[in-house]
Amino acid sequence: MHVDDPAFWRAGAISTVSIMSVVLVMLTIDSLAAISPGGSNVPLYTVINQHIDYKFDDKRGNDMPVIRGAEPLFGKAVDAAAAEALIDKGKMVIQSRSCIDCHTFFGNGAYYAPDLTKAWLDPAWETWKIITGTKTREDAMVKFLMHPDKYRIWTRAMPNLDITQQEAEALVAYLKWMSAVDTNGFPANFGRMQQKQ
Amino acid sequence: MYRSQKLALKYLTAAITLFGIMTVAGLMSAYYYINPDFLFGILHFNIAKILHIDTMIIWLLMGFMGAIYWFLPEEFGRELVGIKLAEILFYVFFGAVVVVAVVFIVVQYGNSDETALWFINQGRKYVEAPRWAAIGVVVVMAVFAYNVIGTAYVTGKVSGITAVLMVDLVPLLVLYLDAFPAISNMSADLFWWWWLVHLWVEATWEVLIGCIMAWSLMQLLGTSRRIVETWLYIEVALVLGTGILGLGHHYFWIGAPSYWLTIGGLFSAFEPLPLLGMVVHAVYDAGTHHMKTTNRPAFYWLMAEAFGNFLGGGVWGFMMTLPQVNLYAHGTQWTVSHGHFAFWGAYACGVLSVIYLVIQKLRSLTQVDGALWKWSFAALNLGLVGMVGALLVSGFAQAFIERAIGGSTHDAFIAGQSSPWFVEGMVTRFIFGLMFAAGYVALVWDLLTIGKRAPVLATAGAAE
Repeated sequence: MHVDDPAFWRAGAISTVSIMSVVLVMLTIDSLAAISPGGSNVPLYTVINQHIDYKFDDKRGNDMPVIRGAEPLFGKAVDAAAAEALIDKGKMVIQSRSCIDCHTFFGNGAYYAPDLTKAWLDPAWETWKIITGTKTREDAMVKFLMHPDKYRIWTRAMPNLDITQQEAEALVAYLKWMSAVDTNGFPANFGRMQQKQ
Repeated sequence: MYRSQKLALKYLTAAITLFGIMTVAGLMSAYYYINPDFLFGILHFNIAKILHIDTMIIWLLMGFMGAIYWFLPEEFGRELVGIKLAEILFYVFFGAVVVVAVVFIVVQYGNSDETALWFINQGRKYVEAPRWAAIGVVVVMAVFAYNVIGTAYVTGKVSGITAVLMVDLVPLLVLYLDAFPAISNMSADLFWWWWLVHLWVEATWEVLIGCIMAWSLMQLLGTSRRIVETWLYIEVALVLGTGILGLGHHYFWIGAPSYWLTIGGLFSAFEPLPLLGMVVHAVYDAGTHHMKTTNRPAFYWLMAEAFGNFLGGGVWGFMMTLPQVNLYAHGTQWTVSHGHFAFWGAYACGVLSVIYLVIQKLRSLTQVDGALWKWSFAALNLGLVGMVGALLVSGFAQAFIERAIGGSTHDAFIAGQSSPWFVEGMVTRFIFGLMFAAGYVALVWDLLTIGKRAPVLATAGAAE
């Protein structure tokens, strides 16, 4: 076979695609283990019972979640089955309301509203605690999600999507769990400016 | 004319219609950034955005199908197998698109249960269409694959181009099955979702348009089959050779292992190579033909395809693909700039080129030219490049202010979006969007009337 012969390039195309496909499948098998709940990068859903933080790690050279101590959501620890039910419900709320077509999750989605990767840890909830007259971050989040049009703080506002109390609580659980996913340092410097101030 | 070519005309007409709806929805999406109270409480940004990107996917898909239904009977020398079924499904497909759009606009969202996912909105970017409609897409694609593979089987004629096309239809269909699941774990959900989005758009679609461009080059410039097939194989090797593991650049920040930073960064950095090859080939072809052709709009749209794909997909993609840059550029208007340029260059220009080729045959024109196509070509391309430039400026501002300095909090988001650089970028994008829309109007008028306005162009003596 000569380079002038299309068959030469056909053989090249078939072998290249085959090799790359096999490598992708192997990497996928490895990645799926890492991103399963309880894997190296994604926490169990019961992480919502714990305190979650996001700190710069000198050894890795990027930000990573730090999980330590008990901090049950809404003051009540849940078992694995209840945690999973909350996360399942939270994801259903996200899909049914097309949240990803305004927001981003892990930076994926639409860019009209803030990224929600570390929304649970956002210092802005302190402001919303005052605005909504609530004592905890999770209560402020629930109240805001149920009536975002009432607690508008900027020209661009979130519309009221008829989110119920049960749906809002599941959504808060989802955002708390998501903040504990190890995202290789994305977003960088999260909340550090507010800490300096 | 074959029945499948008549079906091609229907698909191409539907594609151009949806192109218009995409443009209107895009203008609306752009306007929300300038006036956030626009239709607030009536029709929100997310619905306009869904209409914008979903109609883009559907018009391009219909454009590809139209192009293939047009070229294929000539390739096989006979009518396609199962054409009656394909004809029926066109109406089902178009009707389903209309119903889905009406439900998006009127119902918008449902409760957090499976019913909403089946009948209203699946809430996953690009594949928001409810499950019943997604099943319809699978059926349409399956019949399309049957038309192609069945005809090849019956005739026993399998050229290099049709062989590549048939192989490509398998992953095109199989990957779309990922449009259905609702995985609770966002990391796993996005992992598989990128298999669909990336491996469709940056792999199977690239091969599909490669086959269409191969036929177009043979028809437009008389390039030999041996040359176009060689180039098609090279393109498949390079596009899939770099693009399959280039998928990794979407895995940087979704919770996947850190080795994807290296693998995704490396292979996606190579992704511009095949696109550069296409530019070289296009320039070579243009040179050997001294820029002379009997169909100037088709030729210029073909050139726009090669350059747009390289610049929009290749250069713009490379600019933000390395993890060191992507950490700050990811999920900003920078991405939007790349997305607009890449889809336009890689696919839209190619479909428009084919439509002009089809019109030449349809109206028996020996020469296709005139003034109006130049106006539409200029307004569409300048409008698009203007939007891309404006979005890039906004994206830079967002990457610096929100991501790098502010650390991507809610307050940092507002700071970035309120920056004069960002705001002026959004206004400029809207203005260029209007220019693009004007180009669309000129395009439609030209497609409806070219060859009819100036009968002199249809005479044999006018051929160059």
